[in-house]
Order: sequence, then structure tokens, then C-alpha cells
Amino acid sequence: MQTKLNVNGKTHEVDVEPRLTLVDCLRHELGLTGTHVGCEHGVCGACTVIVDGKPARACLILAVQVDGAKIETVESLADGDTLAPLQVSFRRHHALQCGFCTPGMLMTAHALLSVEPDCGEARIREALSGNLCRCTGYIGIVEAVLEARAAYKTGRRGGTP
Amino acid sequence: MKLPAFNYAAPQTLNEAIELLAAHADALPIAGGQSLIPILAFRLAAPSLLVDLRRIPGLDAITISAQGVCLGAKVRWCDIENDKRLAAAHPLLADAVTYIAHYPIRSRGTVGGSLAHADTAAELPGIALTCDAEITAVGRAGSRSIAAKDFFVGPMMNALAHDELVTELRLPPWPPQRRWAFEEFARQQGAFALAGIALYYDLADGVAGNTHIGVIGASAELQRINEAEAVLNGRKADAAAILETAKAAAHAIDAAGDIDAPAAYRRALVETLTERALKRAAAR
Repeated sequence: MQTKLNVNGKTHEVDVEPRLTLVDCLRHELGLTGTHVGCEHGVCGACTVIVDGKPARACLILAVQVDGAKIETVESLADGDTLAPLQVSFRRHHALQCGFCTPGMLMTAHALLSVEPDCGEARIREALSGNLCRCTGYIGIVEAVLEARAAYKTGRRGGTP
Repeated sequence: MKLPAFNYAAPQTLNEAIELLAAHADALPIAGGQSLIPILAFRLAAPSLLVDLRRIPGLDAITISAQGVCLGAKVRWCDIENDKRLAAAHPLLADAVTYIAHYPIRSRGTVGGSLAHADTAAELPGIALTCDAEITAVGRAGSRSIAAKDFFVGPMMNALAHDELVTELRLPPWPPQRRWAFEEFARQQGAFALAGIALYYDLADGVAGNTHIGVIGASAELQRINEAEAVLNGRKADAAAILETAKAAAHAIDAAGDIDAPAAYRRALVETLTERALKRAAAR
């Protein structure tokens, strides 16, 4: 089925089976392997991307359902080798160890801070509650997101405008 | 697991969607897909055709009037969260929605999808039942209104005909002085509730009346607990009445035991959550 996706500012036309999920489309059809696929049923959050400005599980969306939509993935954050403020903050606070959950954590936090740069710790914890991390115990992740708020308040958010 | 193979259609009108469902005996509608896609991933369903409702115009409005709150079937949880009018127009609904799943799920999941999915642990079906809501469904035979108590016919079962689609949920008007609370217990934030209580009552001369107590998650079916409602009606919601009502709720609930929790645990949760909810309601 012909499907048009705008991913990180670039339009792609793909011919996919209706049963192909968005995360598999991103990884296998477009070669964008930054988005990870974990549980494949919406529990772990590793595949979280941003669809038309809102965070969403890429394993719970069919690629054909988002024909014409604007998708942002973790690849959109850094500018070449220059990390986005949120990524710098993750590195500084040791907000990852194995890194499997990191793309989902980053995109959930990116979605949140892009619309709520003033959110508090409780809101951050609630928003990230759907993203499982088995390494860090979350403390570093929450600290990183708290610190990254400053960049979003001043418009230095990184990512696709 | 990868999803089973199916065909896909995204019709432009409600009538086209209904015709597609009518023409394919094992077709399923899809809206947000936040419950249906996992069902497909677990291969618990294998439809020949998915009928996507995304292109159908309308169905996405939140209307607040003297008739109450009307939610279009394609209203998403994030739309309800972002509509600040609902804190006054239906505070029980607004509060219950914050318990639904997770942030990225709430940007996709829909009112109509949750109602049709009819999960007994889901918040919106519980609110619909507790609040005597009406659900509008449209099919080949036309449009009809179904009372929530008749809509949820069993676990994951609704009263819709195969070619019928939910178009809206209508919640009766909410009196400004109404006392209410929503309480649920889940092992993790956003996980399925092991038990949840939605309740409200109206005060007249300091006495509670019109008590509605609904339970999610604790039993095999969504339930109003009339026995507990009767205990509170006609009394002051003081400490003694609250305890008695909570005990009556626990006594009456047809608690379910499964891999997540034994029935006795869920029964105890119903008592504790009812007590907490009534205390919160009384303090509002």
C-alpha cells in the first residue's frame, strides 16, 4: 500500500503491507534504526516517536494509519555530531547505561518539554512512567529532563522545528 | 509478535465505513488502535479487514451544554486532558482520564475505542456506567441510543451489531455541588487497575442522596454496587456511614481472582478504595 511519511522533515514514499507497524517501517523500510523496538505491544516505550507533535508508541500504529503525518524520531535531535541540549543533559546525568530505552525516553521527554517547558518533577515522572528502564533506576533520567527544561524555555530545543 | 496479515481501508464517510463492516463478516474498525494493535500482536484476533475511522469527518468534538457533556467517538484522552472546561463540567471524568495508561498512549486512544473495547478495568466504561451515560451507535439500521448499563454486556463484550459504530458518549449534566471521587489501585502508574471506584452523591440538607458507586477492575463485569449506594442514601456522609458503605461495597462485589491478584485481595481493595473515595468526596 502506497504510504507517504514525513520523517524528520524529509518526505518518504513507501509501499508497505497494511500490517507493518510504524516502528518496523522506520527501521526496515527507511533504515532509521535509532528508534528501538522492544515489547511490540505498547508496554516498554522504547519505540516512542512524535506523530504530528504528540508522543506515540510506534509499535501501536500501523504505517498506513499515519499516511501524510509528520513523524519525528530520535535521529532528529542531534545536528550532525552536535548533541541536542536534552541529549547533553542525559550524558551529563548518566541517564543511560545500556541505552536500549534511551530513544523512547528522549522522544517522550522531547515531546513533553516542547509543550510544557515549565513542568515539575511529578509531571516528568508521570510522563515517563510509560517508558521502562532496567539500568538507571530513573533518577538520572529525571534529573536530566529537569535540567533540560532551561533549553526549551529559551527555544534551544533541537530537533525538527 | 508481528501482526497477522489483513486488508486495510480508510473510508471518507461514516456510511462507507458501515457498509465495509457490513460487507465483511470478520472486519474490525480501528480508531486509536491502542488496545486493538496489542490484540493483533498477540494474535488474539485475525480480521480480514481493518476499517480505519481516521478520515471520517467530525466525531471529535467535546460539547458542553445544559444536556451535559457529549464526547465524540474520536475524542482522544489528550483532548479531554487539555479541555479545561471539563474540570467544572464533569470533574469525575476529567480526574478519571488522568489514570488512563501513559502519556504517549493518551495521545492516540479514543473514547469510542475504549467504550467498544469494553475492558472491565478501563476507566471510561466505568465512568459511563456510574454516570448513567448514553452511547449513540450508528449502523445500517440507523442510529440508536444505548444506556451504558445495556451497552457493556460482559468482559470485552458490547451490545453493538457488527455493522454498528459508536459515534458519541453523552454524560448527563453535572450539578455544581455534587460530591465525587475517583480512586484506583494499580501496581504501576498507568497499569491496569486491580480495582477502581468512581462515585458521586448529591447533598440535600446535609444528607446524601442519588448515590452512584461504580467499580472497575475488581470483577469480571463492570458493576454498580446498589447495595452500598442504598447504605449511604438518606444519611449524612459521616465516618460511620462511610465505613458502613465501604463494607457493604466489599460484601456485594463479585470479586475476581486471577494471576494478578486473588479475589479476597480485590475485595479488600474495593473496601479501602470506597472508603478513601467517600472521604475525599466528603471533603470537597
